[in-house]
Amino acid sequence: MADDVLTEVLASAKRLDILAPWPRFEVDTAGWTQIGHVLKAGGADLLALWCEPGAVHLALRAPASGVCVVSLATPDGSFPSIGQFHPPAIRLERTIHDLYGIVAKGCPDHRPWLDHGAWELQAPLGVCAPAPFRDPADYAFLPVKGPGLHQIPVGPVHAGIIEPGHFRFTANGETVARLEERLGYVHRGIDGLLANCDVERAARIVARISGDSTVAYSFAFACAVEAGLGAEVPPRAQILRGVMAELERIANHLGDIGAICNDAAFALAHAHCGIFRERVLAACDRAFGHRLMMDRIVPGGVAVDVSAEGAADIVAALEDVAPRFAEIVKLYDETPSLQDRTCTTGIVGRELVDRWATGGHVGRASGRNFDARRDIGYPPYAGTSFDVPVFERGDVDARIWVRIREVEASMTLLKEWLTALPEGAIQAALPAMHEPREGCAMIEAFRGDLLLWLRIADGRIRRAHVRDASIFQWPLLEAAIEGNIVADFPLCNKSFNCSYAGHDL
Amino acid sequence: MRTLLLRSLFARPVTTGAPSPEDAALAEVGAALEARARRLFGRSIVIREVDAGSCNGCELEIHALNNAVYDVERFGIRFAASPRHADVLLVTGPVARNMKVALERTYAATPDPKWVVAVGDCACGCGVFAESYATMDSVRSVLPVDLSIKGCPPRPIELLRGLLALLQRATSG
Repeated sequence: MADDVLTEVLASAKRLDILAPWPRFEVDTAGWTQIGHVLKAGGADLLALWCEPGAVHLALRAPASGVCVVSLATPDGSFPSIGQFHPPAIRLERTIHDLYGIVAKGCPDHRPWLDHGAWELQAPLGVCAPAPFRDPADYAFLPVKGPGLHQIPVGPVHAGIIEPGHFRFTANGETVARLEERLGYVHRGIDGLLANCDVERAARIVARISGDSTVAYSFAFACAVEAGLGAEVPPRAQILRGVMAELERIANHLGDIGAICNDAAFALAHAHCGIFRERVLAACDRAFGHRLMMDRIVPGGVAVDVSAEGAADIVAALEDVAPRFAEIVKLYDETPSLQDRTCTTGIVGRELVDRWATGGHVGRASGRNFDARRDIGYPPYAGTSFDVPVFERGDVDARIWVRIREVEASMTLLKEWLTALPEGAIQAALPAMHEPREGCAMIEAFRGDLLLWLRIADGRIRRAHVRDASIFQWPLLEAAIEGNIVADFPLCNKSFNCSYAGHDL
Repeated sequence: MRTLLLRSLFARPVTTGAPSPEDAALAEVGAALEARARRLFGRSIVIREVDAGSCNGCELEIHALNNAVYDVERFGIRFAASPRHADVLLVTGPVARNMKVALERTYAATPDPKWVVAVGDCACGCGVFAESYATMDSVRSVLPVDLSIKGCPPRPIELLRGLLALLQRATSG
């Protein structure tokens, strides 16, 4: 039903042939509002909502129409709020207002989000007018009323070696009544840095948006540039991209599985997973010359080739880790005192992950069967079969199991690829294009799908925007902890492991 | 679990050998020591890590210092949860303006004598985020920096080299 409305709106909209591989439509405010209703009715997934001076863009995915981008001109500096119909858009609309000064009319939340008053600028990517410095602590948290409540402020500087953000817990005794996040501390102005930037420099910036997902980000950037310019990537480079993406997934999951166990004081699993992770990173370093494989994927292909010895070295490292990892998994499965902490803790319901279109292990642990590798089907995954583990319970335990199964599936994929690497070039020249073109890509990072859109002309990135998987995971962490005890927050938080840098941009 | 523990007991350690402290880092730390009052930390330093706008890449590698392979605690180097317990602030990132106040407060909360180590290209002023409205130039533009460890991100072994230089000068000075 909602899908029919969407089809109708898009049929009457102006279709632009500037974007690849998906279509972009220009709608009027009535069409834009109808799309808000479609999202509210669950007829489409909201993939991203961003803006540039003069227009807002919304990426969505619907069963019938697939992925598309919808744009609305904002000549008067405002647009009808999508957030008033579909809450996942609210933080994105607050971001748009902070950065561009464009108002989402009807948005239920007017508080600043990324603007903490420290830039001394109003709308830095819009009018960019001077503004007075504000105390960063001056922020109106949502009121929580009731007897016996107390607040626990945490952050932005956290106890561990992790990224900064603020958590405001309101608790009754040990039980969390509400968690409210305040993010934006690591906002570096990515959209601004990427505007009018040459491709090489833009690639280096994108690779440093979220260091733990540097491969996925570079992958998305390269695919978007190639889509925009219509470039072909050599088969060997495609497989090597997949190899790096899966190595990154394995390394992150191994680190997180250990760290979650450590948050329940089960240090043994943490110690072993730390060693496994180290083995994988050392193999990446030897094969690709960088432990995190930063700047290794570039538009047109990959920057470094892997030797036959390098490929064999990675396979050997994986074969060394696999049986020992299986032992740790067995240990996890047979330790009730540990499972007592992870099972039924931090449950996220199916309804929420569907509504937020939450990707990655957070979505798949709550029954949302989506994986961009399979469901968007980009190379080298298109036509390849691999396991996409899905669990239903939505607790910390389910998120651990999704990660465990993903490590195993990635190892299988890697062995297949590395033992039969196609020969040939690793980079193709990019066609020169004077006219502005736009490219979009969705890549499955270890956290979940990330979306990257860009406009390119004369070898320069004119505009670009990325949407990390965390954008639609952070709000669900607030839901996950509700009714749990404060002491279980580290477990919930680590089982999500949302990105602060990827969110704050 | 028992077989796993027993096997671990008799297995060779996975820990890597200690690297020699980096010459450049030794010189930089030496200069910092001479410029200010000499301080003795005994044979250990306690570190508080502050992410001031990093991409999380440096954090991953700093984290790795605690794993069994690099095992930083064997040198008397330990990470603390609170700046109140720290001798050293390990700061990453270009200092996002939104983190400036928090970084300054963390520094103020760290008891004297204290050192600041800037980790990674962003923190050292040669990263990709320096030209933004939302960032400062480097850690040095906010706090006095005693040691810089460059790299994007620096490998754990490079971090270890820098920290050992800090420890060596502190104990021999």
